[in-house]
Amino acid sequence: MLAAFVIAPLRRPPREVAEGEEDAAIADLEARKEALYRQIRDAELDHQQGKLSDADWQSVDGDLRRQAIEVLKRLDAARRAHQA
Amino acid sequence: MVELGAACLIAAPFACLYAVGAALVGARRGDRRLVVSSRRAVYALCALLTVAVVVLEAAFVRSDFSVALVADHSSTTTPLGYRLTAMWSSQGGSLLLWAWVLSLATSAVLYLTRNRHRELVPYATAVLAGLGLFFTVLMLTAGGANPFARLDAVPAEGVGLNPLLRHPAMAIHPPMLYSGYVFWSIPFAFAVGALITRRLDSSWIRTTRRFALIAWILLGIGILLGSRWSYSELGWGGYWGWDPVENASLMPWLVGTAFLHSIMVQERRGMLRVWNVSLIVATFTLALLGTFLVRSGILESIHAFGASTVGTPLLGLIAVVVIGSAALIVSRVDALRSERRIESLVSRESVFLINNLLLVGLAAVIFWGTFFPLISEALTGEKSSLGSPWFDRYIAPLAIVLVLFTGIGPLLAWRRVSAGALWRLVRWPLVAAVAATAAVAMLTDAVDEPLALCLFAFAFFALAALAAEFWRGASAQRALTGGGPFGALGRLVGRNRRRYGGYIVHTGLALLFIAVAASSSFQTSRDLRLRPGQSAEVGDYTVKYLEPTQSIDPKEQRLSFGAVVDVTRDGKRYALLHPSRNYYSTSSSDATIAGFFEGEATSEVGRKTEASGDVWMAMRPDLTSLDGVIAAVDRRLERALPRVGPQGPTPEQVDAMRDYTAQQGQAIRNLAALYVTNPLPIDLRVNVNPLVIWIWIGGAIAVAGGLIAVWPAPEARRRRVSDVYAARLARDLGRA
Repeated sequence: MLAAFVIAPLRRPPREVAEGEEDAAIADLEARKEALYRQIRDAELDHQQGKLSDADWQSVDGDLRRQAIEVLKRLDAARRAHQA
Repeated sequence: MVELGAACLIAAPFACLYAVGAALVGARRGDRRLVVSSRRAVYALCALLTVAVVVLEAAFVRSDFSVALVADHSSTTTPLGYRLTAMWSSQGGSLLLWAWVLSLATSAVLYLTRNRHRELVPYATAVLAGLGLFFTVLMLTAGGANPFARLDAVPAEGVGLNPLLRHPAMAIHPPMLYSGYVFWSIPFAFAVGALITRRLDSSWIRTTRRFALIAWILLGIGILLGSRWSYSELGWGGYWGWDPVENASLMPWLVGTAFLHSIMVQERRGMLRVWNVSLIVATFTLALLGTFLVRSGILESIHAFGASTVGTPLLGLIAVVVIGSAALIVSRVDALRSERRIESLVSRESVFLINNLLLVGLAAVIFWGTFFPLISEALTGEKSSLGSPWFDRYIAPLAIVLVLFTGIGPLLAWRRVSAGALWRLVRWPLVAAVAATAAVAMLTDAVDEPLALCLFAFAFFALAALAAEFWRGASAQRALTGGGPFGALGRLVGRNRRRYGGYIVHTGLALLFIAVAASSSFQTSRDLRLRPGQSAEVGDYTVKYLEPTQSIDPKEQRLSFGAVVDVTRDGKRYALLHPSRNYYSTSSSDATIAGFFEGEATSEVGRKTEASGDVWMAMRPDLTSLDGVIAAVDRRLERALPRVGPQGPTPEQVDAMRDYTAQQGQAIRNLAALYVTNPLPIDLRVNVNPLVIWIWIGGAIAVAGGLIAVWPAPEARRRRVSDVYAARLARDLGRA
C-alpha cells in the first residue's frame, strides 16, 4: 500500500505535474513580497523610534519600495501567465 | 507485534534509498513526477518509523522482556511514565528517536515546500533522506544498535531504569536535545541544495528560518533541563561542569545562535552569505558531533554510555558532511560574495558580524577544551584534560562582551544610526546601568570579583536598553492606535513577533548571565562532617544536623538514608531541610544487601529557594562501620538461598525462596532501623548559591521569546497587513 502511494505520481502524465510550476514561482514571489513588507514595516518602526533620521529612512524606504514594486510586477506577470 | 516494528525498520532504508534516487534523478532530468514520488517516499519513511516507535513503546508498556532493549532498561516495577521514556536511555532507542524525528521534520518541510523552490528541494530531499538512510542502516548493522533485537532466553524481570534517569527532567532532556540536533538538518539540507543549484539568494533562508529557530529552542530547552537535573540530582551542587557531553550540546547552540542572527543580515542586505552557509554547516556538524560524543564513549563523561559500535560510522558521516560542504562552498565562493559592504560600524549589520565572531570564538574555545584529551594524546601520548578553571578563564571575557552586545544590537537600526540618534538611544540605558552597578558595588562584595561586576554592568545596560526598546515601541503604537500602555505593548509584540520575540529572548539571556555570574562567583561552599547534634557555619547560615531518617520503597526497590538539617540565620530558623541518599537494589531475587550500596546511588538534595538565592545541601552517610554487619547478613542470606537446578525449583524450593525473600526484606528493614538508632556521621556539602533561580527563570523567558518569534501571525492579520502595504505601494506602482 505504501509502495503504491509512493509510485502513484509516476503514473501521471508529465503535463499534469508540470502545471504546478507556475504555482511555485508565484509562491516564491509571494514569500519575497511578504519579506519586503516586513522590512518596510521595520524601517518605519525604526524611524518612529528615532533610530533612523528622516533622510536615512527615506533612502531605506525608497529602496525597499523599489524592490517591492519589482516583485509586484513580476507577480502580476506570473499570475497573468498562469491564467492564460 | 514486535515483528511488525522490526519489519518497518528493515523497510525504512529502502524508502530512504528510493527517496534519494528519485529526488536526484528527478532533479537531473527535470521530471517532477520523480520529485513528487521522492517526497512521498519520505512520508512513507515517516509512517514506517512511527509504527516502529509505537511498537517499541508498546513493548515497554507491556514489559515485553523478549526485546533486549526493554529487558535492559525497564522492569515491571518501573513507573509507567518512565517506561515510556526509557526508550531513549539506550543506544538503539536513541538512534530510532533520531531517525523518527528526522523523518517527521523532513516530512513537514517537504509538505510546506511542495509548491516552492522547485530546483532546490530535490537536493534537500536527497540530503535529508540520505541522513535517514545512514541512521536506519546504522541501527540494522551496528552491533547492539538494533532496538528490536530479541533475547533467546526471556528473563522474568528486567534490569530496570538507571536510577539517575528517574527524574522528570531526564525524561524530557534527551528528546529535546535530539530534536534540537535533528532540526538543524533542515536548514543544512536546504543550504546544500542552494549551493548545488546556485540559488544563493535568501529564499532558502526564509523557508527554513522557522525550523532553525525551533532547533534553537529545543536545544536550549534540552540544555536547561540537563543543567536543572544536574543541580537537583547530582551531589556536587553545580549546574554546569564543562562535561564533554554538556559542551557538545552548547557548541551547536552557540553557532546556531550566530546563524539565526547572521541570516537576518542576508535577508535584508544580501550580505554575509559565505558566513551563513559556513555557519549552518558548522552548526549541523557540531550537532552530529554531539550525537557522536554521547554515543561513542570516546571521552569520559557523566553521560558515558560506554564504548559503542556507532562511533566510527558517525565519525565517517561527520567527515563526509564537512568535506562535501567545504568543497561546495569553495566552488561557489564567487557567487556567494556580495557586492554590498557594511556602510557603518554603528549599524545592526556590524553588531551581528561582531556577534558571529564572539559566538564562534566561544564555540572554538569550548571545542579546544573538550577535545584537548584527544589532542594531547595524539601529540604526546598522554591524555590530559582541562577542567572548569581553564574554561572559566577563557569563556568569561568573551561571554561578558557578548552580554554587552545583547543590549547594543536591539538599539541600532539597519545600515546606519547617526551619532545624535545613537546618543539619544544609549544615554538612559547607560545611566541606569551605571546607577545599578554602583548600587550593587556598594551594597554587596561584588567589587571583589571585577569580572562578575563587569558582567553585571553590561547586563544591566542590556536590560535597560531592552526596556527602552519596549517603551519606545509601545509609545509609537499608542500614538498610532491609542489605548492603554499594556494593550499597546501587546499589540506591538503581536504585530512584530520576530523582532520583539527576539528582544524577549535577549532579556531572558541577560537575566541568565547575571544569575550565572552571581551563583558561580559569589557561591559559598563547605564540605562538612557532622554527627547528630553538631553544627557548623556556612556563610551567614548555621546548619545543624538534628537526626537521621530512613525510608524503604519496595516498589522502586529503593533504600533511603537521610538527615533532618536545621538551617538558621541570625538566630532564627531559615529552613528545615531533608537531604537524603537513595540506594537501589538490582531487581534479581538473589541480590545481596551489599548490592544496594555498590550500584548507582542518587541524591535527593535539600534546598530552600528564594529570589535572592538557594541554600542547597547534599548528604552522604558514612556507612563504613556497617560493612561488617552487612557482610554478616549477606553470609546468612547466602546460606538460606535455595540452589535451583536446571529443571527448575521443586515445591520445597519455592517455599524456601519465599522465606528467603521475607528474610531479605526483614534484613533491609533491620538495617534501616539500625541507621536511625545508631546514627553515623554524614558528609554534608552545603552551598549558598546567590540568584540561581534566575537561571531557570531567565532560560524560560528566553524560550518564551523564541516561541513568540517562531509563532506565525494569524492568517487574517497577515492579510490585513499585506493589504495595507499593497495599497500604499499601489500609488507608487501606478507612478512606476
